[in-house]
Amino acid sequence: MDNMVNIFLFGKKYQVPAGLTIMTAMEYSGYSLVRGCGCRNGFCGACATIYRIKGQVELHGCLACQTEVEEGMYIATLPFFPLEKRIYDINEIKPNEQIMMQLYPEIYSCIGCNACTKACTQELNVMQYIAYAQRGEYEKCAEESFDCVMCGVCSSRCPAGISHPQVAMLARRLNGKYIAPECGHLNDRVNEIGEGIFNDKMAELMAKSVDNIQEIKDMYNNREIEK
Amino acid sequence: MYKIDRFNELAKIVAEKRPVNAPMEPRRMTADEKDALLAEFHPDYKQGEFSVLEVGANKGEKVPTQLASLLQGHSRINPDDVDLSNPDYDTDVLIIGGGGAGASAAIEADDAGVKAMIVTKLRIGDANTMMAEGGIQAADKPNDSPAIHYIDAFGGGHFAAKPELVAKLVTKAPECILWLNKLGVEFDKEADGTMVTTHGGGTSRKRMHAAKDYSGAEIMRTLRDEVINRGIPVIDFTAAIEIILDKNGKAAGAVLLNMETKEILVARAKTVVIATGGAGRLHYQGFPTSNHYGATADGLILGYRAGAKLLYADTLQYHPTGTAYPEQIFGALVTEKVRSLGAKLVNIDGEVFMHPLETRDVTAASIIRECTARNKGIKTEQGIGVWLDTPMIEYKNGAGTIEKRIPAMLRMFGKYGIDIRKEPILVYPTLHYQNGGLDIDTYGSTGVENLFAAGEVAGGIHGRNRLMGNSLLDVIVFGRNAGIYASAKAKETAVPEGLTLEHVKKFDSELASAGIVTDVVSPKLLPDYARKDK
Repeated sequence: MDNMVNIFLFGKKYQVPAGLTIMTAMEYSGYSLVRGCGCRNGFCGACATIYRIKGQVELHGCLACQTEVEEGMYIATLPFFPLEKRIYDINEIKPNEQIMMQLYPEIYSCIGCNACTKACTQELNVMQYIAYAQRGEYEKCAEESFDCVMCGVCSSRCPAGISHPQVAMLARRLNGKYIAPECGHLNDRVNEIGEGIFNDKMAELMAKSVDNIQEIKDMYNNREIEK
Repeated sequence: MYKIDRFNELAKIVAEKRPVNAPMEPRRMTADEKDALLAEFHPDYKQGEFSVLEVGANKGEKVPTQLASLLQGHSRINPDDVDLSNPDYDTDVLIIGGGGAGASAAIEADDAGVKAMIVTKLRIGDANTMMAEGGIQAADKPNDSPAIHYIDAFGGGHFAAKPELVAKLVTKAPECILWLNKLGVEFDKEADGTMVTTHGGGTSRKRMHAAKDYSGAEIMRTLRDEVINRGIPVIDFTAAIEIILDKNGKAAGAVLLNMETKEILVARAKTVVIATGGAGRLHYQGFPTSNHYGATADGLILGYRAGAKLLYADTLQYHPTGTAYPEQIFGALVTEKVRSLGAKLVNIDGEVFMHPLETRDVTAASIIRECTARNKGIKTEQGIGVWLDTPMIEYKNGAGTIEKRIPAMLRMFGKYGIDIRKEPILVYPTLHYQNGGLDIDTYGSTGVENLFAAGEVAGGIHGRNRLMGNSLLDVIVFGRNAGIYASAKAKETAVPEGLTLEHVKKFDSELASAGIVTDVVSPKLLPDYARKDK
């Protein structure tokens, strides 16, 4: 057949049509996936995969659902990697430098090899966000790590044993809760609802939705739409 | 650049017309125009794709044919083979499903001081919540109110939703945003804390809150982190395959299946929350789907066999903008936020053929009409599509907008050589959401005592069409709600006695009485994509 490529799933050779992703190539080869398959759209990190092109030195990290097969790909999926997640109470901790030292002290053992960044399936600058975490710059760490899908390929390559996605998760929660500005109009609206100022209007709408549907339809069809 | 020259040529027409198309405000359709369009072109109205149920609480009603065959399938177990007398797990609240609704319910149960446990057939967070890109609605700005949100949601759902559920959805919305924010969920904000909000299809106010285009992922990973911090047990790779009832017909646990070892296990619980999500992976009418691998309608099967009623199970949401090309991401979601930010839908001649922010059902039907009756679509290897003019976003809002606001979309197409800042993309409707589901009341109760449901598996909140951003909101509002009421009910419930699966046997004998002969077993658990024809 034309347009077929040779790939090696866990070392075993299969011929699959060019253009498939690693995930659909596995299914084409007859695999029924349970592990290593999630959203199939690049958001969940379930299908972390490591591959090397036969004859080349470099190892690549990728998501199986987002990566096209290539001739000579040696593929090993990484459906689970033992990341170390430390336990904390989000209401008790504070966004200071000590909290990282306390929960994830291994980040200070980073030797700067940059293997995490090279392996990242989302092309994030992983080593950079770890550097931000080391310095307690959680806002920057949160921004730099934002697209992380927590697949764990970075950690599989780390000589210092850092669980990068968990470090970034902590930084984002600290940023979201403590560092990013509070939202005034949100607090106001929650208070207004608590005081019950919308209760009468809501009761009226609910009643009309049952008894006078035409009026509700007119309200909907003639409502003013913000530009 | 597209690998196919024809697309590059056709994209030039879109680029030429962009200066005219960008400032244009297309007319919105009238109510009558929308009704006529839906009746002729929306998949929900297509004859021959539905079957009438012959057994169970919704006997006589129609549902999609694939769903009917699962609802009227056999159990995965022979009830007589399962020893219910010695449960493997004992808990107060058993939560089936590890998505946004399940995780929210678990956190509330933990707050209520009862013992909760999550079982999920894949991992916690493997759910449609993780994939929700565009945002979450809440009427928290001064020009907005829960009442305005109510009218948008109720009208967008064709006035079919249960009013008390819509009222709860919109009234609890701001509090849920605050709850998420206090858990550490990041939202797009201005420097002074004002939420950056946009329109979604069918909204009359800009109330779409977002975390770039990873809104659901940001919410889900935070909820997951919180569940783990609290030490709530999560039994992963373990599916629920039947609800267990007690001697009085109340829900009392579930039969579980280890997805890897195939071991059968029993969980006993005082109350049960079904939070299993949607059904996109059933590929109704042959549509591709934007859904998670596990979206196989399991909860509908579990609930139906236990006696729960379905509501609007015949209505599905086809998201207007699924990816039509390239084939590797065929059917993948292109977030509605792309249109919220200003991209318009354009046909093969470069014409804007509709307002880009009509409700999803209307937009999907309009795209289907453009590609069929009007023959103005662009043919692809997989089928057909229309243009979504993404470069228009930066034409209107300036360079850098796409990278900042929709980085996931930039990445998704970038992997296949398509720069959405420079080139328009090809889209066609994709199966996205189960509008209906298990019929619930404001407590999240299904009608089977002690059996609750929350999230996409539940029906009645969105009527016959859901608005963008009301699903993430639904899973949080009604996930928490179910957690609260299931916990309260568990507190006043003794350890269940007389556990039974008689209802499973009874359902099977009703199938036989109705003359249904089938080799289908359900719930389906996972789609079967392994190639067989070698």
